[in-house]
Amino acid sequence: MAGILLSLLPRPRPMRKLDERLGVAGTGRSVLAKIFPDHWSFMMGEIALYSFVFLVASGIYLALFFEPSSAMTVYDGHYRPMQGQEVSAAYASSIRLSWDVRGGLLLRQAHHWAAHLFIGSIVLHLCRIFLTGSFRRPRELNWTIGVTMLILAIFNAFAGYSLPDDLLSGTGLRIFSAITQSIPVVGSWLSFLIFDGEFPGREIIQRLYLLHVLVVPAVLAILISAHLAILIRQKHTHFPGPGRRDSNVVGSRMWPSYALRSLSLLAAVCAAVLLAGGLLQINPVWAWGDFDPATITAPSVADWYILWIEGALRLFPPVEFRVFGLEVPNQFWPGVVLPALVFGTLYLWPWLDRRWTGDRAPHHLTGSPRESPLRVALASAMLTFMAVLLVAGSEELIVQWTGWTVAAIRDVLRVLVFVLPIAAGLVGWWVAESLRLSDVGHAVELGRHELVAGLRRRREA
Amino acid sequence: MSRPDRAPRSVVLAFLLSALGAAGFAASYVLDLGNEALGGCLGAAFAFLALGLARWSSLIEGHEPDYVEERAVGPTPKPQYDAFRRALTEQPVPRSGVLWGALGTAVAAIGGAALFPLRSLLPSMGTDPDDVLMRTPWQAGTRLVTEEGEPIRPDDLEVGGAVTAFPEGLDPREHVDTTTMLIRVDPAVLRLPAGRQDWVVAGVVAYSKLCTHAGCPVGLYTDSSRELMCPCHHSVFDVTDGARPVEGPAPHPLPQLPLGSDESGYLVARGDFSGPVGPGWGNH
Repeated sequence: MAGILLSLLPRPRPMRKLDERLGVAGTGRSVLAKIFPDHWSFMMGEIALYSFVFLVASGIYLALFFEPSSAMTVYDGHYRPMQGQEVSAAYASSIRLSWDVRGGLLLRQAHHWAAHLFIGSIVLHLCRIFLTGSFRRPRELNWTIGVTMLILAIFNAFAGYSLPDDLLSGTGLRIFSAITQSIPVVGSWLSFLIFDGEFPGREIIQRLYLLHVLVVPAVLAILISAHLAILIRQKHTHFPGPGRRDSNVVGSRMWPSYALRSLSLLAAVCAAVLLAGGLLQINPVWAWGDFDPATITAPSVADWYILWIEGALRLFPPVEFRVFGLEVPNQFWPGVVLPALVFGTLYLWPWLDRRWTGDRAPHHLTGSPRESPLRVALASAMLTFMAVLLVAGSEELIVQWTGWTVAAIRDVLRVLVFVLPIAAGLVGWWVAESLRLSDVGHAVELGRHELVAGLRRRREA
Repeated sequence: MSRPDRAPRSVVLAFLLSALGAAGFAASYVLDLGNEALGGCLGAAFAFLALGLARWSSLIEGHEPDYVEERAVGPTPKPQYDAFRRALTEQPVPRSGVLWGALGTAVAAIGGAALFPLRSLLPSMGTDPDDVLMRTPWQAGTRLVTEEGEPIRPDDLEVGGAVTAFPEGLDPREHVDTTTMLIRVDPAVLRLPAGRQDWVVAGVVAYSKLCTHAGCPVGLYTDSSRELMCPCHHSVFDVTDGARPVEGPAPHPLPQLPLGSDESGYLVARGDFSGPVGPGWGNH
């Protein structure tokens, strides 16, 4: 009897049923057999992808409790120092999320840590692609998509930490409005349209919220899809080795070993940001206080992915001049021109590199960084330049540690911001050249002999 | 692992520990054990999951060779590409410049028209940003009040003291550009620019609190050097010398507010600031 009843139940053969309708087993088989090169540096992009997954999931939870409004309300939750205070709904709901929603603080902090991991892994991924020349033909398009995603990631992180309407984020928006305002001809109108009038306006939190939770994530999701589709179509690059050619790709198959490894990485990303969210405090908005345009926190240090612009704003000399009767404000150079130069160079790099090296051929077998001392030198110089700007952005911490005056530190940094990148570029060139001309596997193994040869640029017989 | 069909003990153990971590998370939630317990347990659950999967993967990999896949990407073979080109041009599309020009005009016009509603982002139709940025609501006769709305007499400030002031009757959050720094110094040390000697009442000077660099509140006053510093980018202004910038990136002095006192002895403004407040802009 039971057997007859059981036989009446539909037999779950989902694979077969799907294939009957879509005929995808052939595609499925080639997907399962897709080859992934085995090298740790190829995981950076995956970490970025999985951080994005975590950001979306945790962000949905946060959005259930966050109220994107600058309307005033009275906080009446568990956080005693704030009880009965009249603050914006955005700030009150951020405090509630941190102190009154069980598990809310964990997700809020893990979300913030995941944003750091997201941008950090994109930057490392970009360094790998840059140093190995993986941006070369035929991957120029995917390079520009990647640079676009980096910019969107930084923008969305900035929008995200501006939402709680605390004193630190309000200061960030204030500087953002000053930078927008500095754009020639359209600056004042642009700033007024964004902020609904003169800073701070009443609409900015709602507007940033829409961008932060819908527009930018949707664009990122589309770009990630395009990035992966192009990657699957073109297949991965791989490093030179026995049996590896431009015309093939060598590594592990998607199923099962690589899929398990990649899922392991997803779990590891979740583990890292959740452990950090539980154990390491980040952006305690209740400690900053609510945004009051007449006051400011001191010290005020932004997150690192914005901090380099802050550092540049501090180091840029107090010059200002007029062109055709229009003022070019001081903050325009470090706030608009510098980021435009940095990201513009990144966008154009595949073509600049081609012009420089004369290499127009397609490449799938990518080189070790040493094969292009020019790229090593440029990357070293660029990262050092950024590092000096980050130090400039956190001057007050150096003041606390050393007791030097801000003015003295700034004078030193104004010199170092030029000297150190040039020095780092030359050293990078030297090390890459020495490695290129020797048989040594790693930079740490370079001896005097190899370094002298690198300086003389002669291959040892 | 010698036989692939036997469950590797380390992997099973990692997955069980992961489940234990998840249970710990649920328990921490129910018992309200705090953020550290929640994050520690859920993080551990994912960490053991990651370890188990990684170990499992490495066991399989031990049995696997390096796989090789040929790369078939390249330009489409010529016959197929030519067929594509033919399909594209089979039905002759007119090459009339007028037609394409008219289509381009229509598309550009729609795109341009779609920009107009962006103007609604700034609701008040009469506002020209360049006018708004040029002035503040300070007027001759407006009393200066504290954040609590109390009017201020010069003697409320000790020499060396500083306080943030706002125009009476206006919401400071709505009119950020009015934010003013009041500082009382010994009148003998003042070296104000020409024509501003009578903008001071009993050594009390008033400057815009918005930095002329990026607009942060210039909130840090050091009386020993009589300097105002902005905590954002560390511009420093000399209070005795018309808030001239002496250090850092700020290119202009802080605009000064001419001060007077009314019949009750309270501080009042005698007009707007000496110039536009806050950061510079193009049509300045």
